Amino acid sequence: MATVESKAPASSGDLKIVKDATCTFCGCVCDDIDLTVENNHITKAQRACVLGKAWFLNHEIEDKPSCLVDGQPATLEEGYDRAAKILVAGKYPIIYGLSDSPSEAQRVAVSIADWLDGTIDTTTSVCHGPSGMAFQGVGEVTCTLGEVANRGDFIMFWGSNPAESHPRHFTKYSLMPKGMFLPNGRKDRTCVIVDVRKTKSAKAADIFLQIKPRKDFEALWTLRALAQDIELDANRVQKETGIELAVWQDLMERMKAAKFGAIFFGMGLTMTRGKHANSEALLALTRDMNSHTRFVAKPNRGHGNVTGADNVVAWRTGFPFGVNHNRGYPRFNPGEYTTSDTLANGEADCGMMIACDPMANFSQPAREHLGSIPYIALDAKETPTTRAAAVAFTVATYGINTGGTVYRMDDVPIPLRPAFESPHPSDLVVLENIEKRVKMLRGVQG
Amino acid sequence: MPETFILIPGRTSNQGCGISEGKFQEKYQQEINSLQVASGDMERLGLEVGDFVRLTSEHGQQVEVAVIKAREGELPEGLLFIAYGDISSRLMGGDTHGSGMPTSKGMDVELEVLKNLSPDLGGHHA
Repeated sequence: MATVESKAPASSGDLKIVKDATCTFCGCVCDDIDLTVENNHITKAQRACVLGKAWFLNHEIEDKPSCLVDGQPATLEEGYDRAAKILVAGKYPIIYGLSDSPSEAQRVAVSIADWLDGTIDTTTSVCHGPSGMAFQGVGEVTCTLGEVANRGDFIMFWGSNPAESHPRHFTKYSLMPKGMFLPNGRKDRTCVIVDVRKTKSAKAADIFLQIKPRKDFEALWTLRALAQDIELDANRVQKETGIELAVWQDLMERMKAAKFGAIFFGMGLTMTRGKHANSEALLALTRDMNSHTRFVAKPNRGHGNVTGADNVVAWRTGFPFGVNHNRGYPRFNPGEYTTSDTLANGEADCGMMIACDPMANFSQPAREHLGSIPYIALDAKETPTTRAAAVAFTVATYGINTGGTVYRMDDVPIPLRPAFESPHPSDLVVLENIEKRVKMLRGVQG
Repeated sequence: MPETFILIPGRTSNQGCGISEGKFQEKYQQEINSLQVASGDMERLGLEVGDFVRLTSEHGQQVEVAVIKAREGELPEGLLFIAYGDISSRLMGGDTHGSGMPTSKGMDVELEVLKNLSPDLGGHHA
């Protein structure tokens, strides 16, 4: 049960403890952080990992206007008006980002895209978008992280480096917990890590397999073949994957002998040549393994509410990302309606970038096009994207200054417990105001 | 003579912490502007920490970046690593091959050592 306790001030100003606050830095969404807040500054973040501590302890209210129009300070009302006019005037408006916004704000963003007959896409398209495509192709055998903690005796990480990207993954969910059926915790589990480089995570593995770069697909299909007792050419397997067939055979025996296997996969699969075919191979292997024992697969998700973005866009439109409303109904086509494409192909003529930084993270052709069109940016911090925006809103930080709901990487919704208020509006408030004006300009009643 | 490497951009702790500290702060900028090279490759190419190299992607994008030595055993020779950020994104092509995702890991890059070039030819010195 979350509580906010006020303590007697140590000297002057407020001191409070926020119990079970939720960290939204990564997809683990740890909701057991105890924050000490002094004079609207977080001074302690108990149980937070290195990334969580950086997230909480560096948090400061941005000392800048809540709204800039063409780089000049403006009122919020002026910003909402200009934002709505930009979006309504466009022939191909795009809305992008959303992985660091609460689901309540994501919902409004989808509505705006709908009113505009526009395109909505999230950072999933440059994260686990290819896995989203693979889910549609072969399905997803899945479970919650709680099940992994209580049952998972064989844990595999493929193309993922949780020691640096999700530091509490091992201790809170996948390797260390003493679970209902794993009373000895780590001793009851086997951990296998497959990667093209020996990452910091490799130290945690019982078995580390360093495969050849860009050979994930071949390696996964080797395992698929072994799961079905198909004979393979040892020389060819070694040549293609960089690992001896005997090692793969030993791994498959261990997988078959597991009681509950879980494969966590990262962007080592989705960002490498093959992309959705790589994810599809891993999901198909997981499905195959259920002929022998219980196996599940989960993508390790990066941003705090990127999983929420998938969920919200899916329950609003029927598709998880890359959705176009131009014909009056939602259409899904990665490679066409995804933001990397609508920008790099020079199709979008205006946009709204919400809690994302494409000016730093997109390809050069995409950045150049974004820089040439009017767009709105919402972010809690200054970024290359906010600097180049026609209208830039500085928003309150979700989870620290505002409440709402986020989805953990296993699709479990988690409430946010803010520590203190911000003078800046939440992205929900900004989006609701823009939506009102868009509806008015489009002549929508109600 | 440029040599072909495979570049793996990825997350690091410092890059993640740097996002929270501020993308224009030193920690983040230093992390995303440091190219990790295997020690064997450093030796073979005569590179020292802080030297600059030029990377050219298969799409023709070029960046100049300082090198650091990868932790022993982390990278096999022929593989380069850099934290996600401006440099790694500049090397991506715009084409997503129908997936929405540009190829962002496992990219072929041509590496050219700049440390022996004179500054007036565009080279950087450590």
